[in-house]
Amino acid sequence: MNEQLQSDFDKIVKVSKISKEETKIKKEFLNKFIKSGFPNRKQEDWKFLDISQIIKKNINGLSFFNDYSQSNEIDTSIFVNNLEHNKIIFINGRIEKIDFDHEDQNKIEISDDTKKDIPFDYENSLIDLNSALNNKVLKISIKKNYSLKKPLIIYHSTNDKINSTNINLRLDFELGKNSCLKLIDYFTNNTAKNFINIFYNFNLEKDSILKNYKIDKFRNNNLKYFFNNIEQENNSVSETFILSAGSDYFKNEINCNLNGEYSSAFINGFFSLKENQQHEIRTTIKHLVENTKSYQLIKSVLGKNSKSAYQGRIFVNSKAQKTDGYQLSKAILLDETSEFNAKPELEIYADDVKCSHGSASGSLDENSIFYLMSRGLNYQQSKELLINGFLLDVVEKITDSEIRNLIKDIIGLKE
Amino acid sequence: MDTREKDIENLKDYKYGFTTDIENIKAPKGLNENVIKFISNIKKEPKWMLDFRLKAYERLKHLKEPNWQKPKYPKIDYQNLYYYSAPKSMKDKPKSLDELDPKLLETYKKLGIPLQEQARLNGIAVDAVFDSVSVATTFKGELTKHGIIFCSISEAIQKHPELVRKYLGSVIPITDHFFATLNSAVFTDGSFVYIPEGVKCPMELSTYFRINASETGQFERTLIIADKGSYVSYLEGCTAPMRDENQLHAANVELIALDDAEIKYSTVQNWYPGDENGKGGIYNFVTKRGLCKGKNSKISWTQVETGSAITWKYPSCILKGDNSIGEFYSIAITNNHQKADTGTKMIHLGKNTKSKIISKGISAGFSDMTYRGLVDINSKAKNSSNYTQCDSLLMGNKCGAHTVPYIKNKNSDSNIAHEATTSKISEEQLHYCQQRGLNPEEAVGLIVNGFCKEVLQQLPMEFAVEAQKLVGISLEGSVG
Repeated sequence: MNEQLQSDFDKIVKVSKISKEETKIKKEFLNKFIKSGFPNRKQEDWKFLDISQIIKKNINGLSFFNDYSQSNEIDTSIFVNNLEHNKIIFINGRIEKIDFDHEDQNKIEISDDTKKDIPFDYENSLIDLNSALNNKVLKISIKKNYSLKKPLIIYHSTNDKINSTNINLRLDFELGKNSCLKLIDYFTNNTAKNFINIFYNFNLEKDSILKNYKIDKFRNNNLKYFFNNIEQENNSVSETFILSAGSDYFKNEINCNLNGEYSSAFINGFFSLKENQQHEIRTTIKHLVENTKSYQLIKSVLGKNSKSAYQGRIFVNSKAQKTDGYQLSKAILLDETSEFNAKPELEIYADDVKCSHGSASGSLDENSIFYLMSRGLNYQQSKELLINGFLLDVVEKITDSEIRNLIKDIIGLKE
Repeated sequence: MDTREKDIENLKDYKYGFTTDIENIKAPKGLNENVIKFISNIKKEPKWMLDFRLKAYERLKHLKEPNWQKPKYPKIDYQNLYYYSAPKSMKDKPKSLDELDPKLLETYKKLGIPLQEQARLNGIAVDAVFDSVSVATTFKGELTKHGIIFCSISEAIQKHPELVRKYLGSVIPITDHFFATLNSAVFTDGSFVYIPEGVKCPMELSTYFRINASETGQFERTLIIADKGSYVSYLEGCTAPMRDENQLHAANVELIALDDAEIKYSTVQNWYPGDENGKGGIYNFVTKRGLCKGKNSKISWTQVETGSAITWKYPSCILKGDNSIGEFYSIAITNNHQKADTGTKMIHLGKNTKSKIISKGISAGFSDMTYRGLVDINSKAKNSSNYTQCDSLLMGNKCGAHTVPYIKNKNSDSNIAHEATTSKISEEQLHYCQQRGLNPEEAVGLIVNGFCKEVLQQLPMEFAVEAQKLVGISLEGSVG
């Protein structure tokens, strides 16, 4: 693999005309990645789902070369219809279109000359891989006191030009004081097996609000890794919602640092998995100062041969008195072959805190099914109704009503 | 001064911190084949036992010390330890208590463990382990009447080799992790219990461990076998002298419960925790594992962990038999610079297996407490269930409390529920108690005892009283 990686890297440098200086930085990241390789189960964070094995099993001869010089045709049928929105369209990892038609252009700044360094400590070789191979790093800055009028939808799609390829993508977001961004990451359905590695870096200044919704609904064969780093200043709010259902493999990782007082983070999401799907959510929330709050709710519905994992970590610094942390994971196992793993972790160094977590897993409640069936529903209907209610609970946590309805539409949840 | 205050005054200092001046026979320092042969030889062990040890030693050479735990400690120099130390008077084992070295008797009297049977009113049979050897086992006659075997493991190797050979290493294989394998290679003594079919053990069995010699590691090995339909309740207590050095205690405890049998294993661990500045103290790295081998069997662990500089142990249950039950009740208290990383593993293999985990952690001073646990329900373990509750209480903002549960559910018919909370003693609670005339220390004591009640209830009566006192004392000075 390493030779392939090396030669693909040289090819990218040649085709994309990367400057010497940048090549040098990228090369460092590449060497770091080559040294550690893909993460495996020996690493605590990758204990439940071993990505190096999954890639080996699913992708034959993973290619790292991606030609960003060729543009791709945009397939408009993938667009979300019943919601006015701004667009960024990625096809095969290349930016094809940026469209902020609904907004005041002066209030949004887009640049691609951001420094490529990683602003925090990490031990994650996939970030190295991303930094070595990504194309342009876009930085989107929202000026202070500006709230986007319409949500921004980022379309992630691939076409049949590529297969068994590694796509790396990075975006940086800067939310100025008292600004607001609603961001939807929308994955479309394509059948090719690619390994998509996305890295977002958010910086939330005082009083800003970020709402990030990730929707991976349509069944596809891609393997995906999505890493979010969120830095939060005083009184900022971040809300993340993850709908994890489409890909063969999908791991969402969220690292959230509550650096400012009265900042809060909310992470909600669910897995709805079938045949051979393996998904994971891993969160790390660091309460670093007083009076911060976090809330997490993750639910799983697991069908035949599927596997989900949730690793949630709440860290409370000794300075962070009056922290409020909550974490709940629930799973319904529908089949004998389904598997649920959880590692809800609390690491607490302050005494005046309120932290709790809970985890429950099991099958559908027979009594509830009996109740519904005695009222005339058949077995299948009763089951569906119960699962519907189980998931609706998470979707209801979405604070934006327009987007909540959109998501309900997409997954066909009924109230 | 009322009695409680007096109690505290008496116990404030680690009262078990004295040393007994006694002549010792020691194995040469260091860990090598010769030392293992020396231990085996001095214990007059059969060849199969020596082979068992050497096999473990061979394996040990390829193992690395684990490093994933939360409390880190300076590297232990395994070559700078004595692996065997025994009072000289024990060279030829005394035949009865009357022949026992009076100094040893005195030591145990000081610890509150009288070995003379007539002095024992509450009917607990005791096996006393001093450094590397078992010095006395009481109430043998009474137990033999029921066919119960309760003796030191060295004696069992001589007298009941068929049982030891069959079960030793069957729950903790010699290829397990580093400390367990080290123990398999160099273990010196410990207790052996066999309860025959259908017998309900008429009294509590107990082992008392005492580390006396310096620069010694204590490697004890306990094996308890409960045959079909039997019941036994076993208690374990531990103390050590105050020293500046850190001493290693790496024990292996194996429990085997056959069809319909029940084993209740209680520990009150009060090894020397080190001084206020975290100097000295015992490293308590223990492997405890129970196997519910038969149908309807039950194993229950109860532990009160107040001592040791570092406690690192996970008493576990492997629920292999259908309908078997595993339970774990724990109170872990850390104060000053103590560190604990403890919890349990419940491995569900059989159908209809049930497990319950109640863990209470209290940390004060500069200490660090971690609950780490695994609940693993196998795909064949239909209809199994687990309930876990782990609560932590923090006193002061220099200490830490952590919860790291691992949950694996591979069976759709099974249920797992896990809950954890972390909090401090609320001002309201304190205010309420003080309003009714308690001083702050008493109020905290009361609240803490309430917090621990669920676990304390599980202990046998005599132990519960002792443990309750211990809980109060361990937290002494952490309020205010």
